[in-house]
Amino acid sequence: MTARNAIRDTFFEECEELLEALVEGLAQMAVGAGDGETLNAVFRAVHSVKGGAGAFALEALVGFAHRFETVLDGIRAGRIALTPEVMHTLLRSADHLAEQVEAARDDRAIAPEVTAGFLANLYAILGEDAPEEPDGAGDDPCFGFAAVALDLGPLGAGAGLGADGAGFGVGSSVGPGAEVIGFPGPGPREAAPGWRVRFRPLPALYAHGHDPAALFAALADLGPVTVTLDLSDLPPWEGFDPAGAWLAWTIRLAGAVPEAAVREVFDFVQGLCLLDIAPDDPPAGPPAEPAAAPPLAPPPRREARAPEDDPAAGPKPTLRVDLDRVDRLINAVGELIINQAMIEQSVLDLTLSSEAEVIGHVEGYRLLARDLQEAVMAIRAQPVKPLFQRMSRILREAAEATGKQARLVTLGEATEVDKTVIERLADPLTHMIRNAVDHGLEPPAARLAAGKPAEGTLRLSAAHRSGSVILSLRDDGAGLDRARIRAKALARGLISPEADLTEAEIDNLLFLPGFSTAEKVSNLSGRGVGLDVVKNAVTALGGRVAIASVPGEGTEFTISLPLTLAVMDGMVISVAGRTMVIPVASVIETLRPDPADLHGLGPQDRVLSIRGRFLPVIDVAQGLGLPARRNAAQDGAEGPPLLLLVETESQSHCALVVDEVHDQRQVVIKGLEANYGAIPGVAAATVLGDGRIALILDAEALTAQRPPADPAARPPFPNAGVSHASP
Amino acid sequence: MQALDPARQDAEFVTFFAGGQSFSLDITHVREIRRWTAVTPLPHAPQEVLGVMNLRGSVIPIYDLAARFGLGPTPENPRNVVVVAMIGPQTVGLLVEAVSEILSVDRAQVQDTPDIRADSTRQSITGVIPLQDGMTRVIDLAAVIQPRGRQAA
Repeated sequence: MTARNAIRDTFFEECEELLEALVEGLAQMAVGAGDGETLNAVFRAVHSVKGGAGAFALEALVGFAHRFETVLDGIRAGRIALTPEVMHTLLRSADHLAEQVEAARDDRAIAPEVTAGFLANLYAILGEDAPEEPDGAGDDPCFGFAAVALDLGPLGAGAGLGADGAGFGVGSSVGPGAEVIGFPGPGPREAAPGWRVRFRPLPALYAHGHDPAALFAALADLGPVTVTLDLSDLPPWEGFDPAGAWLAWTIRLAGAVPEAAVREVFDFVQGLCLLDIAPDDPPAGPPAEPAAAPPLAPPPRREARAPEDDPAAGPKPTLRVDLDRVDRLINAVGELIINQAMIEQSVLDLTLSSEAEVIGHVEGYRLLARDLQEAVMAIRAQPVKPLFQRMSRILREAAEATGKQARLVTLGEATEVDKTVIERLADPLTHMIRNAVDHGLEPPAARLAAGKPAEGTLRLSAAHRSGSVILSLRDDGAGLDRARIRAKALARGLISPEADLTEAEIDNLLFLPGFSTAEKVSNLSGRGVGLDVVKNAVTALGGRVAIASVPGEGTEFTISLPLTLAVMDGMVISVAGRTMVIPVASVIETLRPDPADLHGLGPQDRVLSIRGRFLPVIDVAQGLGLPARRNAAQDGAEGPPLLLLVETESQSHCALVVDEVHDQRQVVIKGLEANYGAIPGVAAATVLGDGRIALILDAEALTAQRPPADPAARPPFPNAGVSHASP
Repeated sequence: MQALDPARQDAEFVTFFAGGQSFSLDITHVREIRRWTAVTPLPHAPQEVLGVMNLRGSVIPIYDLAARFGLGPTPENPRNVVVVAMIGPQTVGLLVEAVSEILSVDRAQVQDTPDIRADSTRQSITGVIPLQDGMTRVIDLAAVIQPRGRQAA
C-alpha cells in the first residue's frame, strides 16, 4: 500500500467519524436540543470533510461541502432561519455528503444531476448569497447555477402590459436565490432619489386574479425600476404547492415620485400582500432581505463556543487499530482459554489433595484468562449508533421515494454489539426499514383518516437482554393484513387451503422465501426477495427474528442476536456416545418425561404430551445420521429418553432426544465452513477442555429437517416412513 | 522440513504411503506433519472424511487418503501420521501410513497420468513420478478434498 493510499484510508476513516458527528448534531438541532456549540460541531464536521476532500482533489465533494458549509455559516450568523424546511434540507444534504464520501471511497461516481438537485436546495436556502461566491461555483462543472436574468423586455416598454401581460417565468431550475429582472424604464437610470418597495404577495393576491407583473409595469410608468426577485422561500420541488405564494420582490424605483403615487399602484392589492415602501438608499445599497420574518430564527449564539477539548463533552481518547490485529488477539485468547481448560483437566486428573498449591494457581489462571477474554471481546464491541444513523438516512430516502412521511426514533444507541454483527446487520435492517415504510406505514391521507398523525413513526431500539442483543423495529402503521397474507401464501402454494393457521403462523409466512405482499413491484421493496433475506441474514448471525402485529396499531419486528460471534453459552450433551454442544439460548427446559406422555404417531414418529400440547420428538442421533444408541422399541426397557425442549423459528417447540446432559459452559465458536463446509444440523464446532472438538448443534436445522418443514403445511397424518422398520 | 530450492528448476515433493501405495504432494502445499490424534467424526460425511481435529485452535478435517483412493480404510496404527496441507484458504489433514522422503525432481520427470479405467483416481492425480523401486502418484489436493466426494456418501 502506498503512503498516499494509507493517508487516503485515514481520510475516509476520519470522514466516517465526522459524518457521524454531523448527523448527530443535526439530529439534535432537528429536535431543538442543539445549542451554539452543536451548530459549531456540525460546521466543523462539514468543514473538515471539505478540507480532507480538497487534499484528494475530490472536486464534486469539495464543491458540495463548500455550499453546505456556507448555509451552516449563514445559520450560525443568524442570516438564515432554521425553519423545518431548512432543517430537512440540512439532513438530506448530510445524507448526500455521506453518499458522496462513500462514492469517493469506492471510486464510484455520483450522477452530477443528483448532486445538482441537492445543491439547488442549498442555493434556495442561501437566497441572495449564492451569486456572491463565484469562487466555489466557478470552478466546478456541477455548479451550473449562476443567476439567470429573465428578459422581460416587452414589459418595460409598457405597451403590452395590459391584461395579456406575460406571466412570470421562474426559469427552469430553482437554483439561484435571486434573479435580477431588469425593467428599462423611460427615464435615465441614474436618477438618484427614489423608492424601495418590498412586495410579497399572499396567496390571496393570486386567488383574486392579480398579477404582480401588472403592478411592476405600473411602477415602471412612474420611473425606471429595477425588480429583484427573491426565491429564498421557494420550497423544494417535491411537495411543492403550486397554489402557494412563494415569491417576493424588491422594486427600486428611481426618480422623484411622490410616495402617494407609489402607494396608489398597490391600492387594489391592499391586504393581499406584505408591502414596505421606503425611501431608497443610494443605488449600491444592500440587497433586499427576505420579506418574510424568519419564523424560527435562533438567536445568534456565537459567544457560546466551548473549548474543544472540554473533558466533560469531548470524546474519550481512542486508538485506531487494524481489525486483523484485534482478531489475532481474540484468536490467541480463545486458544488460551482452551489451553487453560486443558491444564485444569490435567491437574484434576492428577487427583491431588485439595490443598495442593497448583489447584489454587490453576483457579487463578482460569479467572485471569476469563478477564482477559472479556477485555479482548470488548475491543470488538461497538455501539450501534452509526448503524442507527445510517438507518435514519435510509428512512428519509424511503419516505421520499414512497411519498410518505416518516420519522425514525432510535433508542439504546449506546448498546454495544460485536463489530461483525453490526456490519452484517446493515443489510437486513435497511430492508426492514424500507419494508416498514413501503408496506407498514399507510399513506398520509389514510393515516389522517384513521385518526393518526400524517407522519408515521418508526421506533428502532437496541438493548441487551440476558446475554443477547435485542433489536426491534416498530412502526405505527396499519399492521399486517393477515387475510391478504394468507391469500397470497395460498396463491403461491405455500400453504394448503384447509390449513388452520394461528395469527403467529400467518405472520411467519412473511419469512418464507419468495413471499412478497407488494401488489406491484416498487423500486423500494417488493422485488420478490422479501423478509426471508432478513431472516437468513439474522440466522446466519446465530440470531432469530420474530414478528408481532396489531391491526391498526402497527407491526414490530424483533431480532435477537448473540452478543458476540466468538463465544457462546453452550450446554454440553452427549448424543450417540459423542460429546456435543447445543446453544443454551435455544433450550427451554430439560426433562425426562413419564413414558405415558410419549405417544407414537405413525411408524417412527413420536410426540410428547406436555402441558396440554403435543410436541414432535426428534432424535438428534437420527437427525445427524448417527447410529442411535436406543430406539423407540427399547425405551420400555431403558426408561424414557432425556429430552431437551427447544424453541426454533420454524417449529415453535420441539423435543430433542439426547443421551445425557453434562455441563453448561462458555464455548469458543470455531467455524467449520472455512476448512470443510456446511453440515446440516451442525452450526459450528468448539474445542473442549481435553483439546478434542465437539460439534455445536443447530437446533433450527435439526428440527427443520423433518419434512415438511413448514408447520402450516403439515398434513393431518405424517407420511408413512419406509426407510426404517417399525417396531 | 527442507527449505524451498531457490533455483526452482526442480520441484520438491513429499512422498508418503497410503493403502500400500506411494503418493506425493507438492511441498508448497505441505505445512506440517503431525502425529495422529483422535478426531471428532462429522455427521453426513463421506467415508474418507474421518472427522475434524484441533490444530492449534483451527478445526481441520482429516481425510483418509487410502479410503479416498478406494484402497480401503487405513487401519489404526500408532505410527500413522497426518500430513497437514494448505490449499488456498483451506487447511486440511491427510491421514497416511508413513511419510517416506522429500523428493527433489525435475518437473519434466513428472509424467502424465496413464489412461487408467478408474476415473475418480485419474481425476485426483496430476501425474506420476518414476522411482527406483516403482513410482509415486502426485495427488491433486483440490480434487481430493472437493465437496463432490462428500455428496457421494
